[in-house]
Amino acid sequence: MFAIECASAYRGNSDVMTRPTDSASSDSAGRNEWPKPLKAETHELSFFYGHRQVLKRVSVPIAESNITALIGPSGCGKSTFLRCFNRMHDLYPGTRYEGAIVLHPDSRNVLGREVDPIEVRMRLAMVFQKPNPFPKSVYENVAYGLRVRGVRDRRVIDEKVEQALRSAALWEEVKDQLSALGTSLSGGQQQRLCIARALATDPELLLLDEPTSALDPIATGNIEELLQDLKRRVTILIVTHNMQQAARISDWTAFMYVGELVEFGPTKRLFTTPAKKQTEDYITGRFG
Amino acid sequence: MIRRRKIAEALFKLLSLSALALAIGTLVLLFGALMVDGLGRLDWQFLTSFPSRRASQAGILPAMVGSTLVMLVTACVGIPIGVAAGIYLEEYARRTWLTELIEVTVTNLAGVPSIIFGLLALGLFVYTLGLGPSILTAGLTLALLILPVVIVTTREAIRAIPVHIREAAFALGATKWQTVSDHVLPYSAAGILTGVILALSRAIGETAPIVTIGALTFIAFLPPAPVTSQPPYVSFEWLMSPFTVVPIQMFAWVSRPGEDFAANAAAAGLLLVGMTLVMNGLAIYVRYRMRKRVSW
Repeated sequence: MFAIECASAYRGNSDVMTRPTDSASSDSAGRNEWPKPLKAETHELSFFYGHRQVLKRVSVPIAESNITALIGPSGCGKSTFLRCFNRMHDLYPGTRYEGAIVLHPDSRNVLGREVDPIEVRMRLAMVFQKPNPFPKSVYENVAYGLRVRGVRDRRVIDEKVEQALRSAALWEEVKDQLSALGTSLSGGQQQRLCIARALATDPELLLLDEPTSALDPIATGNIEELLQDLKRRVTILIVTHNMQQAARISDWTAFMYVGELVEFGPTKRLFTTPAKKQTEDYITGRFG
Repeated sequence: MIRRRKIAEALFKLLSLSALALAIGTLVLLFGALMVDGLGRLDWQFLTSFPSRRASQAGILPAMVGSTLVMLVTACVGIPIGVAAGIYLEEYARRTWLTELIEVTVTNLAGVPSIIFGLLALGLFVYTLGLGPSILTAGLTLALLILPVVIVTTREAIRAIPVHIREAAFALGATKWQTVSDHVLPYSAAGILTGVILALSRAIGETAPIVTIGALTFIAFLPPAPVTSQPPYVSFEWLMSPFTVVPIQMFAWVSRPGEDFAANAAAAGLLLVGMTLVMNGLAIYVRYRMRKRVSW
């Protein structure tokens, strides 16, 4: 019910959308320091597996050309939150969203009933926790997003593939083995291949779900460096259970706990002077 | 105390070893007897001759051609339908009591005695549809027979594909069909093919349903050729031709008195075992080759 009301109320009306001013919880989200301009934002996003509510009215802004990090202990719903953005939950029965996720500049509510999940997934790209290249060639892995969109022109695909592999800092390593299996690369290379695959279709927003948790420190460092370069061109939303990572790479941080947003703010401020006791306890390692 | 337990262990080991020896030994003995009886008869003349009243002049040609053509029809009908049904059940069907029921039914169908399929075919294909005791009828019957096996192996092969591969495709904006045709099917092809070949190798030895639909036991001609000299150059007349298959030919020879025909039967048996072995070998090879390429 609520989702539909939101959808109709906010579609094409971005002024109303940018500053929801309600309830006592507004301070915790630190609305006075919300970023601008926004690439996307969630408005009181709730999510249910069957009757179990996993997300509770989460409102987070995603600043354009910035890195926004989601931190929190395991099971706090941060991955679930991320997967709402490209409607991955639609693949499984018994899931339900409430609230809205608005993509700017066209203020499209991703969760709107009239919105096809495929339309959303064409605009956003996702990188998963475990590197998951297709058991196809490196080239075909990167080209697949274009093929899905019906691109046939060989030259266009060649160009896009090279561009994406360069953006993912992988080109130099694989340019002579584009026909090798993507699954034959090392773990770190595989994850960069997945990033290249995600970038090949020029997404507006790049969703990363703990992209370095399966990698060694060196590969992790490479990818963190890569994300710093990428954020100039694409807005990034990253889930991480590694607080140091969030502190190192992100511009904005949202701290979630058991399905709720505890605190949102600029990364520097949140890690130095957290407004909430819970946040402080978490980042100082007292729990989680 | 320990000694008693050790003795129990040794006894059990002996017991299971002798069980194994019994099983393998019987098989070896059976195959050996077949070799001794039949190997002498298995020559070019035998492969290229028609059945005859004289055992030494009889051959297996029409039965071989019949088996091949029936298998062709079975494969052409059974594989696409079975694979498509498996894909539907695994990828598209929503989990309801109806799909559960269908699943249970399909699994159970795989265990239904094959002669029941023959009875069904006799009523449906031979009489109701008027196809007669033809190659087409036999092919369709065996297609029905292998359908459950094909469906089950297809589903198992599809289920072996990890969720994260599927999600990767969906996250790139692929539709369900794009995901299935670009990923699910190619990656599960090895498993599906293996299952299909094994199902076909079971079907090639089926006798009961073929007898039920009224295959001939003595046939002295080949079906019409599929390629003709006049336009349109292709003919499907062979589909409606009477036929026999190797196991039936073998049975016909077994039931005749005299040493000579027994040798013919043994030779036909060798041929049948050989064909089955070749198909099983092919299945293993295909699985080995394709598994090497697909991994995650």
